Amino acid sequence: MAILQIREALRAALDEEMARDPRVFLMGEEVGHYDGAYKVSQGLLAKYGEMRVVDTPICEAGFAGVGIGAAMAGLRPVVEFMTFNFSLVAFDQLINNAAKLHHLSNGQFTLPIVFRGPNGAAHMLSSTHSQAFDALLSHPPGFKVVSIATPYDAKGLLKSAIRDPNPVVFFESEVMYGVKGEVPDEEYLIPIGQADVKRPGSDVTVITWGQGLPVALRAAELCAEDGIDCEVVDVRTLRPLDEKTIFDSVRKTHRAVVVAHEWPTCGFSGHIATRIQEEILDELDAPVLRETYEDVNMPYAENLEKLVIPSAERAREAILRVAYHRI
Amino acid sequence: MTASDASTSHGHPPKIPRTKDELLRLYRQMLRIRRFEELAARAYTQGKISGFLHLYIGQEAIAVATKEVMEPGDRVVTTYRDHGFALALGSDPKACMAELFGKKTGLVGGKGGSMHFFDRKVGLWGGYAIVGGHVPVAAGHAFASKYLGDGAVTFCFMGEGALPIGATHEGFLLAGLWKLPVVFVIENNQYAMGTPLARTSPVDDLTVRGPVYRFVTDRLVVRDVFEVREHLARAARRAREQSQPCLLELVTYRFRGHSMSDPAKYRTKEEVERWKAQDPVHRHERELMEDFGVTEEALEALDDEVVAEMQAAVDFADASPLPDPEERFQHMYVEDPSAHPELGPFDRTDIPALTVRSFDPKG
Ligand SMILES: Cc1ncc(C[n+]2csc(CCOP(=O)(O)OP(=O)(O)O)c2C)c(N)n1
Ligand SMILES: [Mg+2]
Repeated sequence: MAILQIREALRAALDEEMARDPRVFLMGEEVGHYDGAYKVSQGLLAKYGEMRVVDTPICEAGFAGVGIGAAMAGLRPVVEFMTFNFSLVAFDQLINNAAKLHHLSNGQFTLPIVFRGPNGAAHMLSSTHSQAFDALLSHPPGFKVVSIATPYDAKGLLKSAIRDPNPVVFFESEVMYGVKGEVPDEEYLIPIGQADVKRPGSDVTVITWGQGLPVALRAAELCAEDGIDCEVVDVRTLRPLDEKTIFDSVRKTHRAVVVAHEWPTCGFSGHIATRIQEEILDELDAPVLRETYEDVNMPYAENLEKLVIPSAERAREAILRVAYHRI
Repeated sequence: MTASDASTSHGHPPKIPRTKDELLRLYRQMLRIRRFEELAARAYTQGKISGFLHLYIGQEAIAVATKEVMEPGDRVVTTYRDHGFALALGSDPKACMAELFGKKTGLVGGKGGSMHFFDRKVGLWGGYAIVGGHVPVAAGHAFASKYLGDGAVTFCFMGEGALPIGATHEGFLLAGLWKLPVVFVIENNQYAMGTPLARTSPVDDLTVRGPVYRFVTDRLVVRDVFEVREHLARAARRAREQSQPCLLELVTYRFRGHSMSDPAKYRTKEEVERWKAQDPVHRHERELMEDFGVTEEALEALDDEVVAEMQAAVDFADASPLPDPEERFQHMYVEDPSAHPELGPFDRTDIPALTVRSFDPKG
């Protein structure tokens, strides 16, 4: 068991999959000579050369499209967006091509491609550089969507994403690349579409993913002091969503709060709340509450940013409310 | 282009030698596309086809010439105006017509309609309906050819209306930067829907965009399918043998509206007539009669055969079943990877180096 940072776990996944399958290549801005904007791909250019660690000009629509065309022709591209903010200029490629072409060609073409990079709020980068596209990219059918929060999940899920025969959107976080955790020395895969109970508990289910996970875990600690035992479910995959794990937990606790680093309006958190009430309304003893970004563009100033992003304290309040606990 | 071009018997004295058999073969292919689309237009007015239907009538020589220069493994990526390429490349007209009818037996099972033809087995890698969006994808196919060393050329067609959009230039840039084996062809039919080129382009010659991407460029007015073939062949050779991307502008004209709903009131009758006078299909027809002694009866018999083939496609489409309800979910995701050979094992290790421009930090 090694202790790795998330960036190192992602790098290990890329390295192992590139060694395993010569069709796998990494493409994006600064991934090669610069070793990656966040040093995820450090050392890979030296090991695999310029055909397989491809530095691109700043042209997201261009290289996302090249990745798509290469995947259709039998390669297995991993396309890195420096951050998903910049994927906006490639949305036609993502949504009209990547998410459509297998279905549109009636199965004649496959698109085994991964679009990965940081998503969600960074720290003090303001509104164009601190956005969460969880809902936006989970909305159209066609993608699988993964969001990781630990080194263990990062490695196991990225390896599965690279091997998946479908296009996968793989969300990381700028502020979490340095998060450390245990990663087994031996090879392992984590199946896409499996949630993980990060903390077992009996009173309230806290559903989260990605950057929401540390907030949810901290809120669970705070609630423990109030005598409330939270179960934290990290969905890890937004599409396909492991509803069974969510529902099983809610059947046990009868209360749920979603903690999500994303906007509240039409958010993925709202989708989860909807699915719970559609399927197991009778199990609920309280409405499903959410702790998300405030419904506002991200400001730069540190105090304002802190107010906008989810906080463990506010998550605690939501948890206590669904538990009808006096605050 | 002036009306005086039409002064000789069939307008444009042939510069490229040809045999009667060859001319007959290519003429027939062009006629097949035209008759297919005429019947499709009729089916549209009868309500048997819906959605958008963009006809290729007037531009057939381009698709037919392309097929002539393709080698096995080569790819064509084009726009929503895609019936001509499908038929020229060898797609079954029955499956094409059934797709227009939204039937189970269609080229893509009724999922795509007119604008989204895909027929991998003949090298048709897609009809793409977002203007310019397919240009980077085509560069990606060519990137894969370079990566795998498969020797294939990707031919990417676009209307002149695709020149303003960013995706086109990003695809061009990467093809030029990495010297990818791709031939980009602008089918300049002079209108993007109702907008003439002059209203969107500061220049008339669109190939001026090529050199900034290190493309070899070429330009031709489409009158003679053999000329188109020669120019395409030259570009294809450069792409195949030297991995040299090329940009070819083919000046042409569509005789119908942009789509079936467009009466094309933005152009004059005179202009349309002027272009019709040098319609490659009619020119080659006259050439067959005047230069090769093919009789009118023989041409009529040929036409009857072609019409019968396309009418059979209409009958087939008409009689075909609708897709089964559950088919709408089919192929949303890959259900069985073993059904896709490209997803199987791969044991090659001879991945070549990518041509990148060298940079010496010491200057
Ligand atoms: C990005 C985008 N914008 C608008 C449209 C709508 N549209 C479809 S075809 C067309 C005109 C394109 O003209 P051109 O590229 O010259 O091709 P042609 O139809 O003449 O073959 C437009 C505006 C579209 N499909 N995609
Ligand atoms: Mg046009």
